[in-house]
Amino acid sequence: MGLVALQGCSGDSYPQSAMHPSSDFATRLDDLFDQIFWWAVGVFVVVEAVLIYVIVRFRERPGGPRPQEIHGHVLMEIGWTLAPALILVAIAIPTIQTIFVVDRPPTDENALVVEAIGRQWWWEFRYPELGIVTANEAHIPVGRTIDLRLRSADVLHSFWVPKLGGKRDLVPGRENQLWFTADSAGVYWGQCAEYCGTAHAWMGMRVIADEPADFEAWVASEGADAVALTQPAERAGQAVFMSNACVSCHRIQGTAAVGVFGPDLTHFGSRLTLGAGVLENTEANLIRWIDSTQHVKPGNLMPEVQLSDQQVAQLAAYLRALR
Amino acid sequence: MADASVTTVEGAVEHHAHEHHGPQGILKYIWSTDHKIIAMQYLFTGLFMGLVGGLMAYVFRMQLAFPGISVPGFGVVSPHEYNALVTNHGSIMIFWVAMPVLIAAFGNFLIPLMVGADDMVFPKINRLSYQVFFVSAVLILASLFVEGGGFGGAWTAYPPLSAQGDYNLSSLGATLWLIAVALEFIAFLLGGINFITTMMNSRAPGMKAYDIPLVCWMIVIASILFMLSVGPLIAGAIMLLFDQTIGTGFFDPARGGDPILWQHLFWFFGHPEVYVVLLPALGITIDIVATFSRKKVFGYKIMLYTVVATGVLSFFVWAHHQFIAGIDPRMANVFMVTTLLISVPIAELCFVVIATLYGGSITLNTPMLWALAFMAEFLLGGVTGIFLGATGADIYLHDTYFVLAHFHYTFFPIAIIGTFAALTYWFPKMFGRMMNDTLGKIHFWGTIIPFNFIFIPLFVLGLGGQHRRIYDFQNFPELAAMQPFRVFATMSLIVMLLFQLVFFYNFIQSLRKGPKAERNPWKANTLEWTTESPPPHGNWPPDQLPRVYRGPYEYAHPDREEDYWPQNLPA
Ligand code: HEC
Ligand code: HEM
Ligand SMILES: [Cu+2]
Ligand SMILES: [Cu+2]
Repeated sequence: MGLVALQGCSGDSYPQSAMHPSSDFATRLDDLFDQIFWWAVGVFVVVEAVLIYVIVRFRERPGGPRPQEIHGHVLMEIGWTLAPALILVAIAIPTIQTIFVVDRPPTDENALVVEAIGRQWWWEFRYPELGIVTANEAHIPVGRTIDLRLRSADVLHSFWVPKLGGKRDLVPGRENQLWFTADSAGVYWGQCAEYCGTAHAWMGMRVIADEPADFEAWVASEGADAVALTQPAERAGQAVFMSNACVSCHRIQGTAAVGVFGPDLTHFGSRLTLGAGVLENTEANLIRWIDSTQHVKPGNLMPEVQLSDQQVAQLAAYLRALR
Repeated sequence: MADASVTTVEGAVEHHAHEHHGPQGILKYIWSTDHKIIAMQYLFTGLFMGLVGGLMAYVFRMQLAFPGISVPGFGVVSPHEYNALVTNHGSIMIFWVAMPVLIAAFGNFLIPLMVGADDMVFPKINRLSYQVFFVSAVLILASLFVEGGGFGGAWTAYPPLSAQGDYNLSSLGATLWLIAVALEFIAFLLGGINFITTMMNSRAPGMKAYDIPLVCWMIVIASILFMLSVGPLIAGAIMLLFDQTIGTGFFDPARGGDPILWQHLFWFFGHPEVYVVLLPALGITIDIVATFSRKKVFGYKIMLYTVVATGVLSFFVWAHHQFIAGIDPRMANVFMVTTLLISVPIAELCFVVIATLYGGSITLNTPMLWALAFMAEFLLGGVTGIFLGATGADIYLHDTYFVLAHFHYTFFPIAIIGTFAALTYWFPKMFGRMMNDTLGKIHFWGTIIPFNFIFIPLFVLGLGGQHRRIYDFQNFPELAAMQPFRVFATMSLIVMLLFQLVFFYNFIQSLRKGPKAERNPWKANTLEWTTESPPPHGNWPPDQLPRVYRGPYEYAHPDREEDYWPQNLPA
């Protein structure tokens, strides 16, 4: 039953599963897993079968033979110590090989450095070579090794995008490293895998692997200020933003908003999700977010600012125009 | 330890604190220093806490299966409540259920009886141990109701999350939790002193080291492991307490501390702790298996030395909990090798049990079913542990439900199956009456089958990428699709909890109306069966303390007509 279910899980309907890896890193882990899996199944079936056989075979029967003491049998004892030891060696060798591969620093000279900083309960991504700062969604080029630098601003978090790489912890006061190379374009799910408090359940992220040309285009637009506003509602929204608490927590490049407590919103309109992967980035959801953020993502560190419905709608129009 | 094999010093059993006119009436049960009463105190406190821990699991499993509903008997579960429930469920099950029941309750009840002593060496320390434990239990329960709610920083309490109220939002709860855990440790240090000294010094004349029943050895070795491992963590707990309350920064990098330090202190204790609770359960299993297969334990000494080896090794595996915290790959590999190595003695223990069963005459009554189920289920816990020990695979599996299911396949057999095995086996001796075997078997199957139905789906969920300590999976579309597995696991839990009523009924009915137990209903060899059921104060009449002539497992001896040979029968 377990096996059937396993097969089920590795299907495409479960994009979270690492059973369908999409990077060199994840593929290594998957191969190792498969090897161990069959050893473990073998051991389990054999030992359990022997146990059950013995129980059934030697059940008490009226008039049955009197139990005989079996004396220590040297060969048998050596056998059953050696057998598990050999199996473990068989498991240890590929494991050690894997570890040295996945734990070493990236060998690719040309690797793209991306900093991932964990915060309660969202992700900040920085591209020091490209001068880009963004949140919750990291774009990466297909085929180029990503050299991730992991840091934390508060408590422990853990970076995990099952199909690409991780887990590796984000530890305050240290920098951990992780690398992988995506082999096909797509949107990959990930989330924090180390318990980090109330809203740990909603600390998701997306890694978006683009073909190199698309990635260049993204870099060009992301590095610049947002496009100019066109609608009156958007301009009204900007005014609301700048005259409320929002401005003290969020940064919008090219404006007076330079807060660093919350996610950078410079190109918020081009993100797929909001609230660290909690909601799809639609107008209705954004209004919900601003209106009742503590309801949407209980415990998160953004307060509910008192605003009229109209102001909220204007804010939403403004933020969605930030492309 | 070596010369203990020759000492059987009667003089060492001083009669201090052992007047036969202790407190009377109800006080007798509260203020007694009798090891059997203290055992009962631990037992009933532990069972009560087990109920609490199980009901907590019910609440958060309901939330997982039906997110957002108002859980009958509890109400809507908020994220913070969920985290607090999970944290305290884990802490309670390990520190307030597994340890008090397996080590303290059965250690207290069995060790003096099995080695033929009239009480523990230090009865007053023993009483103090329970009292400290009791306070700790009250504190942990109280911590759930203080302002801000219970501690929600996971049972591993990793700082900085656990160190600051504004990170975990439960400052008072967190502090009470920490004090409760520290007191619990102290209670078990006090208890451990008695187990070790009593077994070493108060043995009946004639009882050599290898004549001691394995369950006593296991409890004593567990106590030694506990004493050796807990020291650093008590220090760590005090440091964390200071971080929480007076603003030190031992674990805070902003103030020169290091959060990883806690992980080392915690797991240096935490991994041996697994063996601290495992060994008593293993000892219980082996004693029962020998009795009901009417065979001598295969390889008593192999068993003993294997256990010692496992204990020693268990001090060298702790960093396998930090494979993904970013430790040096060379170090990761060292710890991976020790971790894999430790499965060799575990495999050995499994073979010893099978070899004991082999050729026996196996009676499948309730205690024996529990003992065999322990082996059968623990095996799955052991095998799945290999995945996690193999560092590479652990990178994926760490902190998923695969890990969760793995350690429940070790802890559940230990804490729940082991407890029921011991309780059904020694019930006649503890309470002087027999339990109903049919009801016992109904309860057995009603627990074991749902147990597997709860946790096998969780393995599958873990491989599918479901991670731990998430109170609602509906926000992860890819994980939400696996909802049927969650519902199935929760339903199985409810069935399992309902079957506990059968046990409860059986327990109460047997206490009141069960047939009177003779001294030795199972025809077992060990000394506890040579006195009345239940044993009187002082265990044996003062002039009739037993003398020992042979090992504890002489079943079906060829020189003897009867198929058992009590340890105290002169040749
Ligand atoms: C006290 C600081 C603070 C204030 C004031 C604040 N925010 Fe936030 N904001 C945050 C934090 C922190 C987050 C990240 C929440 C999370 O996902 O856990 C956030 C997230 C957001 C997001 C989602 C970003 C993403 O990519 O997921 C939007 C949009 C947003 N805030 C808009 C606003 C607006 C509009 C206002 C003013 C009404 C505002 N914020 C006021 C701190 C603040
Ligand atoms: C009665 C049946 C039990 C069920 C259904 C159950 C279920 C669970 C579940 C679902 C979780 C994880 C929740 C989450 O991560 O979101 C959990 C956590 C845990 N359980 Fe159990 N459990 C049971 C019994 C036990 C026992 C007997 C023990 C140990 C002796 C135990 C020890 C733990 C521990 C240590 C944790 C981790 C807590 C943490 O993450 O901080 N459980 N349990
Ligand atoms: Cu987290
Ligand atoms: Cu461990």
